[in-house]
Amino acid sequence: MITEAVRGARWALWAAGLATLVLSVAVAITIGPADLSVRDVFGVVGQHLGLGDAGVSRIRDGIVWELRLPRTLLAAVCGAGLAICGAIMQSLLRNPLADPFVLGISSGASTGAVLVVILGVGGGILTLSTGAFIGAVVAFALVLLLAAGAGGTPDRVVLAGVAATQLFSALTSFIVTSSADAEQTRGVLFWLLGSLSGAGWADVVTCGTVCVVGLVVCITLAPALDAFAFGEDAAASLGISVRWVRLLLLVVTALITATLVSAAGAIGFVGLVLPHAARAVVGPGHRLLLPATALIGAIFLVWVDTVARTVFSPQELPVGVVTALVGVPAFAVILYRRRRPV
Amino acid sequence: MSLSTRDVSWRIGARTIVDAVTLDVTPGSTLGLLGPNGSGKSSLLRLLAGVRKPSGGQVLLDGDDLGRLRRRDVARRIAVVEQHAQTELDLVVSDVVRLGRIPHRATWSPEDDADRAAVAQALARVDLTDLAGRSWHTLSGGERQRVHIARALAQEPTELLLDEPTNHLDVHHQLDLLSLVRRLPVTSVIALHDLNLAAMFCDRLVVLRGGCVVAAGTPSEVLTPELIAEVYRVRAVVTPDGPDGVPSVRFLPGPP
Repeated sequence: MITEAVRGARWALWAAGLATLVLSVAVAITIGPADLSVRDVFGVVGQHLGLGDAGVSRIRDGIVWELRLPRTLLAAVCGAGLAICGAIMQSLLRNPLADPFVLGISSGASTGAVLVVILGVGGGILTLSTGAFIGAVVAFALVLLLAAGAGGTPDRVVLAGVAATQLFSALTSFIVTSSADAEQTRGVLFWLLGSLSGAGWADVVTCGTVCVVGLVVCITLAPALDAFAFGEDAAASLGISVRWVRLLLLVVTALITATLVSAAGAIGFVGLVLPHAARAVVGPGHRLLLPATALIGAIFLVWVDTVARTVFSPQELPVGVVTALVGVPAFAVILYRRRRPV
Repeated sequence: MSLSTRDVSWRIGARTIVDAVTLDVTPGSTLGLLGPNGSGKSSLLRLLAGVRKPSGGQVLLDGDDLGRLRRRDVARRIAVVEQHAQTELDLVVSDVVRLGRIPHRATWSPEDDADRAAVAQALARVDLTDLAGRSWHTLSGGERQRVHIARALAQEPTELLLDEPTNHLDVHHQLDLLSLVRRLPVTSVIALHDLNLAAMFCDRLVVLRGGCVVAAGTPSEVLTPELIAEVYRVRAVVTPDGPDGVPSVRFLPGPP
């Protein structure tokens, strides 16, 4: 039974989590050349929100407002969005190894991106992002068609996703090896592994809006996600319109993932590991799990991106490489701690 | 009125799994579904629960076509205990029982006192209050079945459908579980393999073979050596007036 004290502690935990996120963003922005303080960061933000002069030079103002703030915010948004999508995929497909890319979205995006960047499809009108978004949506539509044709059960959806992933990865490799020069290949590879460099306010607004709307839809459907715990028939007998809920959630997560991938590349591991971490903290109920996953994902990716851009500065690491390097040991710990008596 | 079917059929491709079944469940009674493996018991239960759409005919709940009712309204009336309901998630017992409150809760509204009371009452009813905080994965087969029954009770149903609930349970737990179901103030339909348990705990029996109803009636009417030989292809001696006045069945080796 939940007592008032437990409820109070829970609110305190949420407040602490949000404060940690805000502080993480502020502290992450100070790290790197230019010798900024947290106070400067809040001052610059306040100044742009019309709260008076911060007394920070124009160059340092630019570093905060034009470069590091949008980048850090995009990291937070991507971390939150990918983590939520991973949590939903794991629940919907009843597979603890599912992640946002299980439906071929990242490899579809990569094919779209290389078609635009290397083969020049779109005649200069399409950007890498647009190409990636279109590729992701095409791959997802193909997976849905394949899965629906094969019966639509979770394991068929996963198999269709695996097939599409293989197909589009092969297409991407084919295009890259047959027509790209070394420089282009390096650029594409870097994007494929995920990169938040070059993030601007437009990306933050687009991705942020999609993620917030998506999160609201998903939390609305949280009871339905809980009902999937014992499978689709069990969910149906608990009053869930299984086909409709499944399609809606697949489409929403696909759109979130496609938007994030087209802005920042395929940042792996966030969507696989962080939902498990969140479950370990707040338990399996989706009403708490989804916001907690978003919060943990946001904090995680803010710090990972900070590591990615500073460790070998001025050389940047692809953020996906760092998520994997940090994520795999974390995953091992989670697996070990959650082992069950057999 | 409770649940009834009118010529209900269910086909997958060219195969007919449930073939024009018509039955009426008396409110407050316990109906046993018998039949060999693959006779369509589980499929008929899914049709009764409304989780499968009939290929032909109708399933009626108090005279209304189940297919025309909202899923949520159906879930407030009919609860189902499946045969092998498993989960990968790390749920504790009370999490599982709480799932039964989903059809009663409005979107965005948190758990209220009525929900908590229903969960506590359901746990008490199956005698699992002490295990409320235990992990699902540490439970025995019998405990898991009881948790599922508690989840079904938290739905506060008027109809309870159970698919071979005594599978993998020892004799003590089989009797325990069916006595529990029998005591509940609900109309229940139970698919069973054990003919003696069916005789002991059901008011009426329906026997299926190849998706068709081949016999229906009280246990004494249905459980005859002739029917058992025909449906199950085994020899049996039936003592029509066994203990408690219900028939008891003893199988014999060799072909019928």
